[in-house]
Amino acid sequence: MAIAEPQFDDLYREIILDHAKKPRNRGELPDATQRAEGLNPVCGDEIAIDLRVDGGQIADIRFRGQGCSISQSSVSMLSEQVKGRSTADAHAISGQFKAMLTESVAPGPDLGDLEALEGVAKFPVRVKCALLGVKVLEDALAQAGSPAKE
Amino acid sequence: MGMFDAARIREDFPILAQTVNGRPLVYLDNAATTQKPRQVIDALVRYYETTNANIHRGIHTLAQQATEQYEAVRGKVAAHIGAGRPEEIVFTRNATESINLVARAWADMHVGEGDEVVLTLMEHHSNIVPWQLLARRKGAVLRYVGLTPGGEVDLDHLRELVGPRTKLVSVVHASNVLGTINPVADIAAIAHSAGALVLADGAQSAPHLPVDVAALGVDFFALSSHKMLGPTGVGVLWARHSLLEEMDPFLGGGEMISLVRQEHSTWADVPHKFEAGTPNIADVIAFGAAIDYLGGLGMANVREHEKAITAYAMDTLLRIPGVSLHGPMDVEHRGGAVSFAVDGVHPHDMSTIADGHGVAIRAGHHCAQLLMRRLQVSATNRASFYVYNLPEEVDALVESIEHARRVFADGDS
Repeated sequence: MAIAEPQFDDLYREIILDHAKKPRNRGELPDATQRAEGLNPVCGDEIAIDLRVDGGQIADIRFRGQGCSISQSSVSMLSEQVKGRSTADAHAISGQFKAMLTESVAPGPDLGDLEALEGVAKFPVRVKCALLGVKVLEDALAQAGSPAKE
Repeated sequence: MGMFDAARIREDFPILAQTVNGRPLVYLDNAATTQKPRQVIDALVRYYETTNANIHRGIHTLAQQATEQYEAVRGKVAAHIGAGRPEEIVFTRNATESINLVARAWADMHVGEGDEVVLTLMEHHSNIVPWQLLARRKGAVLRYVGLTPGGEVDLDHLRELVGPRTKLVSVVHASNVLGTINPVADIAAIAHSAGALVLADGAQSAPHLPVDVAALGVDFFALSSHKMLGPTGVGVLWARHSLLEEMDPFLGGGEMISLVRQEHSTWADVPHKFEAGTPNIADVIAFGAAIDYLGGLGMANVREHEKAITAYAMDTLLRIPGVSLHGPMDVEHRGGAVSFAVDGVHPHDMSTIADGHGVAIRAGHHCAQLLMRRLQVSATNRASFYVYNLPEEVDALVESIEHARRVFADGDS
């Protein structure tokens, strides 16, 4: 009885696996102006983001964390997408990403590689993994004006 | 495996006949909840179709029948766990509520400021949080017994921790993560020598091995119906009759009173004192059918079957490069909950890929965050076996693990 091997191409696309194995912008920013961290208590995924915001621009971003390939690739791609952009752009990217995953809206124009995560919407229990990074980013952006906390 | 025929047993479980994601369902999440045999489902339907009535007060025929059927299950549970008297069986909603009942109705009377409750690092949150709440109410102190590198309770550490202030030692009988079967009789002897009482959380032992609360020497024992072929919404607290007699009620309301006056009431006899309000009559009665089913298989046979399939699973998993196991390696000291790690594959990814193969396993902290910290992991994969599982199902799990390793392999896949 030969049953074809199940396919996960929609979920584990090459670009996602690449970011999961080789995360971009991983580490700390000693001169961060804003920081936030978040936890998914159900699965134990953890993400912390450091931002250096200068004149409304995200001059630099680093993240730390542990968790599944979806949570870690998501924040890695997100970091690439918002780096060098204005905080307003970052909010727009965050909004488009959430809409893609939770409202089945077609990927917005500013998502870049993040578009690869569109298939996660078909795995409802994994959507929260993909959203942890944007949640922490929004928290970090909301720290504007207050000194960065440890 | 001799008389024990898991393939035959499967025919009693309608849910197992289905396919999931185009493949035969391989259900290996039995530590979370077990599937239900037709006999249990039929008992539930039969009760609602022929007997449904409220119990204990009615004079009419259906009320008498429902009362008799409900009360008969106490005797079945008592016999299943070696309890002396059916009145020692208190029905609750689940094992968690059973432990909370002890934390309120017994511990509130006996544990004061500076008194100690001893737990272990392998407890389920259900045997941690009720005691944290008690500690907050009473100013009591929680102490945690460490584990050996092999994933067993460190009895030497327990001996050090237990002292004159220890009022209770509350331990899991069989771990839902490590599989460890704890030497509860030894633990009880150590606790009793210091004058402390002992609670065993039997949610993962009563379904899988012969249990005799008298031989274990414990004072309280908690179990859950849905982890042993029965419906959700039914738990059991067993306690020695003398303890139940002296304990305060847990919840107040109907069923649990004798006389009610404007300012005070007197309590019904044990065990009704602890069963306020209309209980979960239908599910308790169907739980009786689950105990009958397990009795028909024989708990010693259940245990032998699980030892065999657990040994096969551990042996097979360890042959896969990059797979490691948590918990005791000797099946004599463990049950059928097998936690494993796959190098380079996070448990959530493993679980998603297994699901694609029709294989239901659990990924996460398994409501045991203290243990996850002790193991220095954030999550594990867990396969857990029961009476209807077959070696071929272990093979299906192995296939899914090999697939996951290919998806997450470095370089070419």
